[in-house]
Amino acid sequence: MALQETDLGDLPLFAPTKKVYPQSVSGPYRRAKWLILGLCLGVYYLLPFLRWERGPNLPNQAVLADLANARFYFFFIEIWPQEVYYFTGLLIMAAFVLFLMNAVAGRVWCGYLCPQTVWTDLFLAVERFFEGDRRERIKLDEGPWTVSKAWRKSAKHFVWLMIAWWTGGAWVLYFADAPTLVRDLATFQASTTAYAFIAILTFTTYALAGIMREQVCNYMCPWPRIQAALTDDEALNVTYRYDRGDPRVSVKQAERLRKEGQPAGDCVDCRQCVAVCPTGIDIRDGAQLDCIQCGLCIDACDNVMEKISRPKGLIGYDTDDNVKRRIAGETPVYNPLRLRTMIYAALILVVGGAMVWQLATRRTVELSVLHDRSPLFVRLSDGSIRNAYTIRILNKRPDERPVALTVHGLPGIRIEAVGVAATADLRPVVSVAPDSSREVRVLVTLPPDVHPDKTQTITFTAADLFAGEMVTATDHFIAP
Amino acid sequence: MAQHQDHHEVDAHTGVSTTGHEWDGIRELNTPLPRWWLGIFYATIVWSVGYWVVYPAWPLITGATKGVIGYASRIEIAKDLALLQQHRATQSSGLAEASLEQIKADPSLFRIAMAQGKAAFGDNCAACHGVGGGGSKGYPNLNDDDWLWGGTLAEIHQTLQNGVRVAGNADSRISQMPAFGKDGVLKPAEIRAVANHVRELAGLPTEQGADLVKGRELFATNCAACHGDAGKGNKELGAPNLSDAISLYGMDMASLTETITNSRAGVMPAWGQRLDPTTVKALTIYVHSLGGGQ
Ligand code: SF4
Ligand code: SF4
Repeated sequence: MALQETDLGDLPLFAPTKKVYPQSVSGPYRRAKWLILGLCLGVYYLLPFLRWERGPNLPNQAVLADLANARFYFFFIEIWPQEVYYFTGLLIMAAFVLFLMNAVAGRVWCGYLCPQTVWTDLFLAVERFFEGDRRERIKLDEGPWTVSKAWRKSAKHFVWLMIAWWTGGAWVLYFADAPTLVRDLATFQASTTAYAFIAILTFTTYALAGIMREQVCNYMCPWPRIQAALTDDEALNVTYRYDRGDPRVSVKQAERLRKEGQPAGDCVDCRQCVAVCPTGIDIRDGAQLDCIQCGLCIDACDNVMEKISRPKGLIGYDTDDNVKRRIAGETPVYNPLRLRTMIYAALILVVGGAMVWQLATRRTVELSVLHDRSPLFVRLSDGSIRNAYTIRILNKRPDERPVALTVHGLPGIRIEAVGVAATADLRPVVSVAPDSSREVRVLVTLPPDVHPDKTQTITFTAADLFAGEMVTATDHFIAP
Repeated sequence: MAQHQDHHEVDAHTGVSTTGHEWDGIRELNTPLPRWWLGIFYATIVWSVGYWVVYPAWPLITGATKGVIGYASRIEIAKDLALLQQHRATQSSGLAEASLEQIKADPSLFRIAMAQGKAAFGDNCAACHGVGGGGSKGYPNLNDDDWLWGGTLAEIHQTLQNGVRVAGNADSRISQMPAFGKDGVLKPAEIRAVANHVRELAGLPTEQGADLVKGRELFATNCAACHGDAGKGNKELGAPNLSDAISLYGMDMASLTETITNSRAGVMPAWGQRLDPTTVKALTIYVHSLGGGQ
């Protein structure tokens, strides 16, 4: 009893995994990919070693996430925990940049910049080095186990693991002083956490870039789905120009057909584009989810076109609209300045501008005030009313700073800080250690002849006596 | 509706055998689970068996299996607590050696004392004095500047250490006000006159028809020895200042009459007998910092 035939034909829901053996290729896109790979990995592996002079009390590492002291350093920027919204801003910007990239040139992110692509590319190069190119690798996998096969395979896995381990190692260097940590790691003095993270990242790098490769893009990554919803007919995508390629015939047949004045496409069905594809797909089937738009099929096909003396660009970055335009006999155009791209660009500018502005105007002294809840107020023996507050003063600069506290908002109101001496003009001066915060208990007193309403707003001011920087905070003064 | 059929039926379209289940003409293929998935599944089973053996797991009637490594969360807790004690000990040793003045002057010792004092205050003192030391009727407010026994570090320490009216403690703070009414020293009308005079001293309105002259006379003979002529009080004797804006038991006529008739005798434990010396020191620093410290 067979099930009803469906429109799906004989396509199963899931094809069993087929191992992809991408062939090496040369050409401008491949060169661009190598260049980007070198740049990205170079930055990733070496950045922690870049020094940045910050003064005696602060770490001299240019990029450092100092979790123990809750600070993040990025060149001249120092971020405190309460400022993590900068990261929110960066993430929002990153999303818009991704959208913009997508609207302008499809999945360039996937094909050139994504860490999955970069490390997979590197791992493939290692594989190629030990096991040879596509044909040899297929033969090796099909063949019996020999000494040569065994050492090739083990050498490959060994180098993969070394790269993966180095990747994990570089990661932890962003969280502590890199040169010290390298020494500690080598002498087994580093923390368990450091070793654990290196182990985790070694494993994930090895598994994702070595074993899973294109499956990460096809099954695990959400971006292909999202980008499919974001793309439009005017976005550049790696496109097989079927208007020019089809019908596919051999070189000889094509010559004959052309002489006879019959239609003959430029595609010679050599399947070079398929062989080089790292995700193992046939771009001639049209735009598809599995295509990471790495452009390697373009290089492959251009090489073929050169050999058979046909114009290059049978496969190229193009838009759906252009294919249709050519079929209709119109000239293809590409317009990167569309409403969509301009909106994305504007949003990036707005978020980026807001962040730069925020950074430029951020203060290095901060003040927060918390009113005591129990008791809300106290009557003193002379009849005056006093409220107590806990004040926290932040000093984000690398030197010790004296900060004078004042309060105003009610007549005759006085401020004193527990355990802090006052200056001649009765302002308590709290000295705050470099790059840290200090909490003080503050008493605010209203003379007996002032009878305020139940709750009044008062303003606290913290003035840095050296740099002259001033911050204020408001709170309530509560009376019976 | 599910319907059981032959289990070995093979779907001609995909070549996969079916489970024999059919819902409204749709059959379920018997697609095997991926091997890696099964592998993990079996591994978890093996893991759980190991877990039963290693850790306490199976409930028995009077307890539970103990596991082979002798693990128990109680042991872990005991270890953590011991570690905490150790950690505290190093911090406390600094407090133990320093004098109260030195602690106050050293920012890091001060911070430790404040933290310890606050915790100890919450555990021991808050029940009477309130969480923030705000006090209530009969329980002094520690945030104000009115002290029965003095508000310097040494005086606060002394009060904390030895308590107030602790039986059998010679160093305890003791103030003794006679129960003028109960003991028959003053008659109700005289008590009313004294109460009115006390209100006058505090700058509060007096009752109509009150005999203020007699009140002053009675105060001078009976009360001034401790409270002073002007009612300013005396810290040596623990006699409260009656002329300021703060009172412990209330300045209304009813409260004053009650106080003069029956006297008051608040008590506080001698914390020196219950807490270790460093904790008492930390409490002193904390109470002193609440706002009234002198
Ligand atoms: S089809 Fe071409 S662009 Fe797409 S992934 Fe394959 S090689 Fe890269
Ligand atoms: S490489 Fe070019 S010519 Fe060869 S099959 Fe692909 S599209 Fe056709």
